[in-house]
Amino acid sequence: MTIITTVVKVGIADLKVTQIPNTLKTSGLGSCVGVVIYEQKIAGLAHVMLPDSTASKKSLVNEMKYADTSIDLLLEQLLTEGVSKSKLKAKIAGGAHMFSFQSDNNMLKIGERNVEAVLAKLREHKIPVVAQDVGGNKGRTIEFDIETGMLEVRTVNSGIMQI
Amino acid sequence: MVQMENLSQHHLDVLKEVGNIGAGNAATALSSLLGKKIEMSIPSIRIVDFNELMDYVGGPEQVIVSVFLRIQGEAPGSMFFVLSPEESSSLVEQLTGTSGDNIEENDLAISAISEIGNILSGSYLSALSDFTSINMQPTVPNLTIDMAAAILMQGLLEISQESDYAIIIDTMIEEEEQSNESVKGHFFLLPDPDSFDEIFKALGVEEE
Repeated sequence: MTIITTVVKVGIADLKVTQIPNTLKTSGLGSCVGVVIYEQKIAGLAHVMLPDSTASKKSLVNEMKYADTSIDLLLEQLLTEGVSKSKLKAKIAGGAHMFSFQSDNNMLKIGERNVEAVLAKLREHKIPVVAQDVGGNKGRTIEFDIETGMLEVRTVNSGIMQI
Repeated sequence: MVQMENLSQHHLDVLKEVGNIGAGNAATALSSLLGKKIEMSIPSIRIVDFNELMDYVGGPEQVIVSVFLRIQGEAPGSMFFVLSPEESSSLVEQLTGTSGDNIEENDLAISAISEIGNILSGSYLSALSDFTSINMQPTVPNLTIDMAAAILMQGLLEISQESDYAIIIDTMIEEEEQSNESVKGHFFLLPDPDSFDEIFKALGVEEE
């Protein structure tokens, strides 16, 4: 019997939950952060763009865009699938600083702020971050294999690594 | 604020004219740099969400050479001049007479492309600024070679705070004589959401 593995793709400001033997992938993370929350057989991936939903002037926001709301939503979906919260772990990647300048002050260090916001939210939910590859000035494509629990991080100039 | 959903054909035509004026001037500048005839495409105006934008440039992982700058002043926005790595190499060879291969590791090539991006985006913006009488000050351009999504999303941060869509004014310039070596580059002008009012007002388009 062949087991069909699907690569579940997560877009920008998007999130997905899937089961073994599938993998979860998101491409071209710059200042955005990819957040994987997983246990043995199930995992979710969120592609977070901005740190804080309360900073938006609009009332109707895309919850998957912000670190705070996106992680809440991802967790909610995982819990609906029947996972136990205490077994969950997280791996994160991204939060780079693509340009050596940013003209507008509030956009300074957005990558760093995204990472901080993600870590704060995970801490709030008591989900341990077991691996991370963040910062720098490179784009990253990440793919998470639920079976092995490994997160593959691919870059243009600094190769591939597993965390 | 101008809502993106209710832009009329007239609004879109005005934005096309914005692209025409800017890229026309940039094409002239590139033409005198290379001593070749440069053509420009008819500008296309696209209203895309972030994921569509990535598909538009060949996918989020597509490696691009990008010169990015922020426009400051009365109508802030972001501007990208985007080339493929191959086109960049070809452009460097034509300009400097030296090999432009492995652009990432070639300081001369990087410096040449930054300068070209600087000149071209400067001519685009000065034409636009003259045409609209809007004061536009570009920041120092930033050359980045990486995945398209990683680069473009950082340039879209201002827009992403308020919107899930971006209006792109896309114009392509390319050599008139097509060959394997021919260069074509895209200008993406992405005004911040609040800037459309300024642009339309400056060009005498009333809101409907």
